[in-house]
Amino acid sequence: MSEIAISVEDVSKLYRLGIISSESLREDLGLLWARLNKKEDQYYVDGETSKKQLVWALKNISFEVKKGEVLGLIGKNGAGKSTMLKILSRVTEPTKGRIRIRGRIVSLLEVGTGFHPELTGRENVFLNGAILGMSKKEIRSKFEEIVEFSGVSKYIDTPVKRYSSGMYVRLAFAVAAHLEPEILIVDEVLAVGDAEFQAKCLGKIKDVSRAGRTVLFVSHSMAAVRSLCDSALLIDKGLLADKGDVRRIVDRYLGLNEVVTSSQVRFSGADRPGNSDFAICGIRLLNQWEDECNSFFVSADFKVEVEYEVLTDDTRVCLSLSVNNSQGEGVFASLNTTDATYEAGRKKGNYRSVVTVYGSLLNNGKFHITLNGYSAGWSNHFPVSNVLSFEMLDDALLKKDYKQNFGGFFRPRLNWETVKS
Amino acid sequence: MSKKHSEEGWDLVIEQKKRLVDLDFSAVWKYRDLVSLFVRRDFVAQYKQTLLGPLWHIVQPLFTTFLFTVIFGQIANIATDGSPRPLFYLSGLIVWSFFSGTVLSTSGTFVNNAAIFGKIYFPRLVSPISIVISNIIRFFIQFGLFLIVWTYYSWFTKEGANIHPNAGILLLPVVVLTVSLMGMGLGIIISSLTTKYRDLSMFTGFALQLLMYLSPVIYPSVLWGHYQWVMKYNPMSYMIETFRYAFLGTGSLHPEGILYSFVISLVLFLAGVILFNRVEKSFMDTV
Repeated sequence: MSEIAISVEDVSKLYRLGIISSESLREDLGLLWARLNKKEDQYYVDGETSKKQLVWALKNISFEVKKGEVLGLIGKNGAGKSTMLKILSRVTEPTKGRIRIRGRIVSLLEVGTGFHPELTGRENVFLNGAILGMSKKEIRSKFEEIVEFSGVSKYIDTPVKRYSSGMYVRLAFAVAAHLEPEILIVDEVLAVGDAEFQAKCLGKIKDVSRAGRTVLFVSHSMAAVRSLCDSALLIDKGLLADKGDVRRIVDRYLGLNEVVTSSQVRFSGADRPGNSDFAICGIRLLNQWEDECNSFFVSADFKVEVEYEVLTDDTRVCLSLSVNNSQGEGVFASLNTTDATYEAGRKKGNYRSVVTVYGSLLNNGKFHITLNGYSAGWSNHFPVSNVLSFEMLDDALLKKDYKQNFGGFFRPRLNWETVKS
Repeated sequence: MSKKHSEEGWDLVIEQKKRLVDLDFSAVWKYRDLVSLFVRRDFVAQYKQTLLGPLWHIVQPLFTTFLFTVIFGQIANIATDGSPRPLFYLSGLIVWSFFSGTVLSTSGTFVNNAAIFGKIYFPRLVSPISIVISNIIRFFIQFGLFLIVWTYYSWFTKEGANIHPNAGILLLPVVVLTVSLMGMGLGIIISSLTTKYRDLSMFTGFALQLLMYLSPVIYPSVLWGHYQWVMKYNPMSYMIETFRYAFLGTGSLHPEGILYSFVISLVLFLAGVILFNRVEKSFMDTV
C-alpha cells in the first residue's frame, strides 16, 4: 500500500493575463528579438514586470499520493485547484516542476466531453469512451453494463440532442464510471443530475476506491469530500496550504471562510441587506438571559434577534433562519410563520423579531447562521449568508458518567422508561 | 508533455517539454480507434437530417463543373487543352477541393476543439489525422463520380478520341499522399498560429480562393504564357496536372515537378507537426 501512485514535485504554473491583441504580436516579436540577442529571459521574472501581467496560478506544489489513497483537493474558487487538475490531466503543462505517475490515469474534468448532439446514444458511448482512452473492444465488452447503469436503454438509438439534460449526464457518467482506471481524477462531476443519481455517482466512486484504486477528488461539497476521502490537500492562492487528515483539513478550509466570530453584526446605509420593502439593520445572538453571546450550553435556550427597517407601508415581512453545521450541511431551518403577527402588514419603521431556539436541540459543535429575507408571498428573496457563527458547548446534563461524544446534529432530551416485564 | 519512463517503474512523467521535436507517433497509434470514430462522426453527423446525405459530396463538384462549363467554357471560351470541358474542370476540381478541404478543416483544429482539448488529454494529432482521412474518403467518393463521367465521355461521345489514359494513373497514390501531407501540413500550421492570431482563420478561406486561380483548375497552365513560372512554383499545379495527364492524356508529366511537390509537402508536414506539437502543450492558456 505504500507504493506511490502520483508524485508531484515542485510544480508551478505561470499564466499570462490580459487579452491577446495586436499588442501581443508586437510583444512576441520583441520577446523573440530579446531571446535572439541572448538577453535575460524576461518571461520568467517573477511579477516584477507589471506590464506583462504574469501570475503564478500555482507555486512550488509538492505532494505524493499513495496507491489506493482517496485524496480530496479543496480550496476556494480561483485557488488553483483547476490548474492543478489540468496539469495532472495533461491538458496544459507545468511551467516548472514535474509529476510522475504510476498506472493508467483517467481524468473526468467534465462528463460527456466530445458528445456529439447529432449522434445516437450508442454512437456517443463509443466516441466518448475512445476519447477517454478505451479501445472499441473494451467498450463493446462493457456496453451492456454502461447502458444499464445509465438507465436510458430505451433511448440508446436516439440522437442525444433529444435527451433531457438528466439523461445526457447519466449516460455520460455511465461511460466514465466504467473506465476502470488505476488512478481516477474527478472534478465536481457530482454537481449535476438529481439527488438519486448523485448518490449513485458517489457510490460508484466509493466502489472504485474500495477496489484499491487511487482517486483524486475535487469538490466544493465538504460533505462529499469527507465521506469519500481519507486525506485532503488545501490549496490557497496557488500555494499548498495544508495536507493531512481529511477532517482536519475540511475544518481548516471552513475556518478560512468564517467571516464573523462575534455575537452580533450591524449593517448601515447602503450595506444593509434587503429588498425594496425592508432592510436588515442587525442580527444578534442572545443567551437565555438576553446577553450577547455566541457560545451556549447544549441544554440551554438561546435567541436570534433580527432588527430591520420596513421601507414601504403594509409590508409583510417573511424571514427564514437556516442553521448549518461546520461542514456546511443544513441542520434545520425555521420560518417566521409561527409569529403571531406574521399575517400583518407592517407600517414603515423599525422592528425587532426574536426567535428562540430550544435547549436540548442541537448537539455540541460549531454552527453557522444564514438569514433569508422575503417580501409577501416569499418573493424578492435576499440571503444574508453565514452571517454569524456560534458554538454549542458540551454539558454533562445528559451525559452523567458517559465519557464519549454524542453523534449526530441533535442532542434531544428524550424519555426512556423501563419496567420489569 | 509526456514520455515513457521505464526508470523506477513510472508510467508517465509530466513536465515542461524542452526539446524542439518531441513526437510520439506510438501514442497516436494507441488511439487509432478514436481516429476511426472521429472519421465516422464526421460523416454521420454531417449528413444527419439531410435528404441527399453523402450524395452532397457528389452534388457539389457536379454543380461547380456545370457552372464552370457555362461560364469559363461557353461564355469566356477558355481553352481546355482539347479535352472535354466537364472532364477537364471536374478533374481539376476534385484534386483542388481535396487540398483546400483538407487545409480548411484542419486549420480549425485547435479553435474548434478547444472545448474537448481543455477537458481531456489524447494525442492532439488524432484530430487533424482523422480530418485528413475523412477528406481522403471524400476524395475517393468524388473520384468515383469522375470515373463515371470519364467512362461516359470515353465511350459514348466523339470527344472520347481525345482522351488518352496512360500509365500515369499509377501515380495516383503519390498524388493522394502528397496532397494529404501538404493539406494537413499547411492546415495545422495555420491552426497553430490561429490559437494566438485569429485573423488567420479569416484569411485562410480567402487565400485558398486566390490560390485556386494560381493553379490550373480552370485553365491549363500553358494559358499563362510567360507568367507560367508562377504556376511552376505552386506545388499544387503539378498534382492537378499529373492527375489530369494520367486520366485525360492532356498537358505533360513533370517528374521533377512531382518530386518538388513531394518535397514541399514533406517540409510543410514536418514543420506543421513540430509547430503543432509546440502549440498543443500551451494553447489552452492562450486560446
